[in-house]
Amino acid sequence: MDVLKKVPVREQDAKERAANFEEVCLGYNLEEAKEEAARCINCKNAQCIKGCPVSINIPGFIDKVKEGDIEAAYQIISDASALPAICGRVCPQESQCEGKCIRGIKGEPISIGKLERFVADWAGDNNIKPAVNAEKKNKKVAVIGSGPSGLTCAGDLAKMGYDVTIFEALHEAGGVLVYGIPEFRLPKTKVVAKEIENVKALGVKIETNVVVGKAVTIDELLEEEGFSAVFIGSGAGLPKFMGIPGETANGVFSANEYLTRSNLMKSFDENSTTPIMRGKKVAVVGGGNVAMDAARTALRLGSEVHIIYRRSEEELPARVEEVHHAKEEGIIFDLLTNPVEILKDENGWVNGIKCIRMELGEPDASGRRRPVEVPGSEFVIDVDTVIMSLGTSPNPLISSTTKGLEVNGHKCIIASEDTGATSKEGVYAGGDAVTGAATVILAMGAGKAAAKGIDEYLSK
Amino acid sequence: MYKILKAEELTANIFLMVVEAKRVAKHCLPGQFLIVRTDADSERIPLTICDYDRENGTVTIVFQIVGGSTVEMSKLKTGDSFHDVVGPLGCPSELCEKTKEELDSMNILFVAGGVGTAPVYPQVKYLHELGVKADVIVGAKTKDLLILEKEMDAVAGNLYVTTDDGSYGRSGMVTKTIEDLVKEEGKKYDLCVAIGPMIMMKFVCKMTESLSIPTIVSLNPIMVDGTGMCGACRVTVGDEIKFACVDGPEFDGHKVDFDEAMKRQQLYKTEEGRAFLKAKEGDSHHGGCGNCN
Repeated sequence: MDVLKKVPVREQDAKERAANFEEVCLGYNLEEAKEEAARCINCKNAQCIKGCPVSINIPGFIDKVKEGDIEAAYQIISDASALPAICGRVCPQESQCEGKCIRGIKGEPISIGKLERFVADWAGDNNIKPAVNAEKKNKKVAVIGSGPSGLTCAGDLAKMGYDVTIFEALHEAGGVLVYGIPEFRLPKTKVVAKEIENVKALGVKIETNVVVGKAVTIDELLEEEGFSAVFIGSGAGLPKFMGIPGETANGVFSANEYLTRSNLMKSFDENSTTPIMRGKKVAVVGGGNVAMDAARTALRLGSEVHIIYRRSEEELPARVEEVHHAKEEGIIFDLLTNPVEILKDENGWVNGIKCIRMELGEPDASGRRRPVEVPGSEFVIDVDTVIMSLGTSPNPLISSTTKGLEVNGHKCIIASEDTGATSKEGVYAGGDAVTGAATVILAMGAGKAAAKGIDEYLSK
Repeated sequence: MYKILKAEELTANIFLMVVEAKRVAKHCLPGQFLIVRTDADSERIPLTICDYDRENGTVTIVFQIVGGSTVEMSKLKTGDSFHDVVGPLGCPSELCEKTKEELDSMNILFVAGGVGTAPVYPQVKYLHELGVKADVIVGAKTKDLLILEKEMDAVAGNLYVTTDDGSYGRSGMVTKTIEDLVKEEGKKYDLCVAIGPMIMMKFVCKMTESLSIPTIVSLNPIMVDGTGMCGACRVTVGDEIKFACVDGPEFDGHKVDFDEAMKRQQLYKTEEGRAFLKAKEGDSHHGGCGNCN
């Protein structure tokens, strides 16, 4: 065994998985996990913990894995995280815990994400629940949204003894974990539903089909329904479009629509009643994780898929692992390319996307080199479906119906990073609703901070 | 679960249901819609709210069978439940923002086509309860397809019923009645609210534009979430692209690009139609929908 290298994790073969929705990564078994855990040198001043937005005692749980006491490892993780099976799968570990790992200086870091996933899956398989031992506090807290920030905030508050109700707008709990991230990256029944059950096991109630701002306002929750505080974790759900000609043609979708149809409404399954367009050739515009998810979904639905991105590979915002997987599966990357028009036939159906070549110029405000059009380089890619994956912004439904709740120019709710406190007393916020579209773990970190902030507020 | 307190077939393939949905009933206003799901794995179906009872916490919906999902819904009986009901969604009718004085000073004409009679009803009723009288034209293909005539008559100022085939009431399309009322019968209107099939709304708007009557239409494109998340319901209004679910469902009819909106409906119609045919024909289905191989 080479201690400088990670114990490799088993994956489904690229050719095989390109045609199914089964999970790509198969994860460690007990032997592999123990072997990987043995590489951890249990640093006194553990840098990995500092890299974790929810500060999991990483060396602590890895030490228990070494000993083979997986239940103890699970309880250590559970102290800090309500959703370990999810985080083990979707966190960008390379820029967080693993990015700080001392082992990484002279070799590969410890595979912390895969170990976390192993521990959480083992606990799920063995029906181990997070321990609850708090005294009831007799105070009600409302959490809006059942995505990563809401679930984390609710779980933490329940552990402190609060009576928590989550209000979810869709018919199923989970937010982006359910409607956004595809099955092959995050299994819904095996992983997401189980972790939501764990949050419920802490005493959290979930009321689905409630669009806060429409069916009930925050003021009513506080004044009429007896809640002492409210946490807003409503995410960033509004899709952006480019504003180019042809965007209302039949066959142009937001990545949100495409993924929601496939993930939440299960239209990847032939037996689902919700339709999805299975295009022959699909263009996905954008280079983030959501673009990779949409592209790999379209591929699995039988399409030839092109990713169209205006900068070069180096600037792709998606996680390296996602880009790597997408390439392995046969996604075609048309980089330094930008759409200028979507072409349609006489009946309004997409029959091509007109693009222009780009080159990189001087760095812009983001520090990345600015893409500039190459004059006269327009060309047409022949496609019948276009998926726009240009990012999302927060839904104004809540902010526009809550007096005294301040938002910034991007419609993001203004909230303290340390406590989640907003401009309105008793109202806290976190996750994408505050930051704009970001990652699952950052939203969880914000949910955690807000739970602490709410507890301090209600303990006054 | 959302209990169905009453289920009734109004006429062939058009159903009315009264459903328990406390949160929706508490806040909804005329012009808003809700989304229902029959079962745990059903499609999300948007429907305009046709009536509501705040005290009893119920809402009334009316729908016509158009595809597999509405067939499934039509099988529900009194005492059954919907798996999900979410709402109220969308913006209330502009009329809800006006004062009684403003409304009193206006001559309002409602034009309802087919199953569109149902979403027109709560708006007329809302005005009626404020003591404001509005004229209502209800159009149907033929006498047997006419719905809610008695209910509408009870709340409308003047009710004009017309059938395409002349089997009942006036004869001809709703556009003819509009023209006759204004040109022949000396009626003057400051506002028209038209709800019905897309093609009807398109031609009503052409007519009212020529008569210089500002017109509001209510669009019901296919949508997924109904909260602004998916953008499936994009519609071009003037120079802007709007989301019918959060910016609408009501828009200035003279600015709506109906031709594009009708083309966009096609996309889903064929997919929905495919699901419908598949369900209906079972194993014998082999491509009649024009979509299968």
